[in-house]
Amino acid sequence: MSSTPASHLHLAVALDGTGWHPASWREQVARPHELFTAGYWADQVAEAERGLLDFVTLEDGLGLQSSHYGELDGRTDQVRGRLDAVLIAARIAPLTRHIGLVPTAVVTHTEPFHISKAIATLDYVSTGRAGLRVQITARPNEADHFGRRTFPPIDLEQLRSPAGQERLTDLFDEAADYVEVVRRLWDSWEDDAEIRDAATGRFIDRDKLHYIDFEGPHFSVKGPSITPRPPQGQPLVTALAHQTVPYRLVARQADVGYVTPQNAADARAIVAEVRTEQERAGRAGELLHVFGDLVVFLDDEQAAAEDRRARLDSLAGQPYASDARIFAGTPAQLADLLRELGEAGLSGFRLRPAVTGHDLPAISRGLVPELQRRGAFRTAYEADTLRGLLGLPRPANRYATATA
Amino acid sequence: MTSKPIKQIHLAAHFPGVNNTTVWSDPEAGSHIEFSSFAHFARTAERAKFDFLFLAEGLRLREQGGKIYDLDVVGRPDTFTILAALAAVTEHLGLTGTINSTFNEPYEVARQFASLDHLSGGRSAWNVVTSWDAFTGENFRRGGFLPQDERYSRAKEFLATTNELFDSWHGDEILADQATGTFLRDAKAGSFVHTGRHFDIHGQFNVPRSPQGRPVIFQAGDSEEGREFAASSADAIFSRYATLDAGRAFYQDVKNRLAKYGRSHDQLLILPAASFVLGDTDAEAEELAKQVRRQQVSGATAIKHLEFVWNRDLSSYDPDGPLPDIDPDVSDDHISKGRAQVRMYRDPLATAREWRELAAANHWSIRDLVIETGNRQTFVGSPQTIAKTIDDYVQADVSDGFILAPHITPGGLDAFADTVVPLLQERGVFRTEYEGPTLRHHLGLAHPDEASDERVAS
Repeated sequence: MSSTPASHLHLAVALDGTGWHPASWREQVARPHELFTAGYWADQVAEAERGLLDFVTLEDGLGLQSSHYGELDGRTDQVRGRLDAVLIAARIAPLTRHIGLVPTAVVTHTEPFHISKAIATLDYVSTGRAGLRVQITARPNEADHFGRRTFPPIDLEQLRSPAGQERLTDLFDEAADYVEVVRRLWDSWEDDAEIRDAATGRFIDRDKLHYIDFEGPHFSVKGPSITPRPPQGQPLVTALAHQTVPYRLVARQADVGYVTPQNAADARAIVAEVRTEQERAGRAGELLHVFGDLVVFLDDEQAAAEDRRARLDSLAGQPYASDARIFAGTPAQLADLLRELGEAGLSGFRLRPAVTGHDLPAISRGLVPELQRRGAFRTAYEADTLRGLLGLPRPANRYATATA
Repeated sequence: MTSKPIKQIHLAAHFPGVNNTTVWSDPEAGSHIEFSSFAHFARTAERAKFDFLFLAEGLRLREQGGKIYDLDVVGRPDTFTILAALAAVTEHLGLTGTINSTFNEPYEVARQFASLDHLSGGRSAWNVVTSWDAFTGENFRRGGFLPQDERYSRAKEFLATTNELFDSWHGDEILADQATGTFLRDAKAGSFVHTGRHFDIHGQFNVPRSPQGRPVIFQAGDSEEGREFAASSADAIFSRYATLDAGRAFYQDVKNRLAKYGRSHDQLLILPAASFVLGDTDAEAEELAKQVRRQQVSGATAIKHLEFVWNRDLSSYDPDGPLPDIDPDVSDDHISKGRAQVRMYRDPLATAREWRELAAANHWSIRDLVIETGNRQTFVGSPQTIAKTIDDYVQADVSDGFILAPHITPGGLDAFADTVVPLLQERGVFRTEYEGPTLRHHLGLAHPDEASDERVAS
């Protein structure tokens, strides 16, 4: 169990390319030529660890990035192309010691068996610091990369129609089944299944390995996993959610949900809805973190942050719009905002640096000391595992039979 | 007499696997799943200037008699994830992973290998394997969907499709010109269309060209189709023929197939799996090798091994007693699931007859018989003997080198690195320093771009 005081908030950083602003790669500090090297990612995660952050998330996708929701945009003036997020996380794990590593996995076209053992292995190579951010994709162009399903065209407006909501519900139900399989596979080995019993010649006690026998509309999976139960038992499961359908996924299957409130009232309403769904999912007593996502431009002077935002918007040719609230200001102002949103029921935040090379160090060297001065953030890592940092106990194995 | 040029030897380290050659009962045997074991093993291989580390894969736990097989090491990591982590603790060592072409999709596998190649600075390799069994398929969305006779057809198309994806970026697309604001030279970067019997996909690949262009391709199948697949499409073969005569025959057979595909002898390396037991003297090593074989085959393992042939539950037999009088069950439904070994005994009745005669003539128990008829270690002897044998074999075209599988995790390679490698270096047949950054450099393979240029030029 964690010893985090209740007054402490949790902080994660979302890493994506050179930053979340589409013109971020044009900044001096951006290092766009190094985006496809291990060194670039190692430096970012080391910086986040320097700031004692709980974890980093790594974005991913099964197609080129696009400024449109449903299709490619054909643009050449923004970062395009990326490396597999799980493999970046694994490459960084041996170079770090405390920070959690939470890569994105797209669940719509991939195999839960593969992802389950990949995240279990990430948990082994990081000795208990692995997590997973699950993401769906409705994009027809990404479905065409796999050729197993045909998706009709989609845009944000359609998504709000009853037919769009039905599609979304189906994709999120599949995601919930996917996470169920991933979680069952993590538990498919009991912790003490490896016995190395020389007397009988048995390496494992096979009664402590379990078929998961999952059957659902999208897939069935037999199990057990080929990988023993990971160090955390259950690595962290997280998801970003903007409305009721994904809130339900968070409520049913996640340890951390990322939400996008615009203000404290909004945050209060979202948290209330997530909690209602959590109760409905039969998880009322469990710790489920709800984190607020914010895009941040962080400078010592508010004017500098606002100028930077304006300059990047002008380079991009249009103001940057985001699903999350965009903050431009000083560490003290951001600390005020985080406190206000925290009082509305959020237990932590996932900050999206507008320019990674600038705003990530501003978080670790500016915001974090400010929060520490206010007694609102840790001054040293207090646990060895990611679950531990978040106050989540190591869960009992669902298949283990209680023995006296 | 014109003398052949002296061949340089290629050496690789196979992380001990989930079969009975891996001795887990030894006091020296460590974890098979903790990262520290993999890191130790990889660092030893790199210290010894090996070409690469090799990882096998199995996507369903093996069963015998409807129960999970519990006598060997069970459990392993995800191949891609562990190799990416090992890239962080090594600088030069190649990273070869076995990835099944049946239970994956080309777009995803291509992303993972291209990413691994970027993250390791050009050290990735893919051992392409196929399977068809519905048993393994029960762990996957698609199930056991592939008829056995189509597995190479799918594997070939799978590999061809991933090559199209690797080649969809040429390496000059990313400008990232901060002054002009052009990141990508061409909005269509990574475009591909593949229409075939097994895959019908199109779009844009999202990982730019990696340092090696494509991962180095290994093939491990031994069938006629497997050999043709290797001769047409692979850079190296992970073979099972490490003895003098069988090795030379296989080597000639496969190298002779290359011309048909417009390829030269040095474009396909033959690297058999090999085991070894080192001792201070040859006699000591022989004695140790006997002990290891006995450790590898416990009484329980011997009974299970006999069950592969008999295809029956033999658990009531005493491993220290005589062989069963009843004959093997030759029906199709096999007692053992999820392993290749069951296909090794094509005529179980004849094998059973032969084994009974052998056992009777030598007064062998079941366990004795399984030990005596089982594989002997490939190389047994003092460091001098093993170094000389390896060198002799490679110069005699048994192979281009060996993929060594120690029987102890993770320290089983340490003594080889300390004693045999320096002798091979003294003989001038093994590198003393890495000569280039990528696995292609270590293996003497051209970058795919150079290779295609040569083909156009000639």
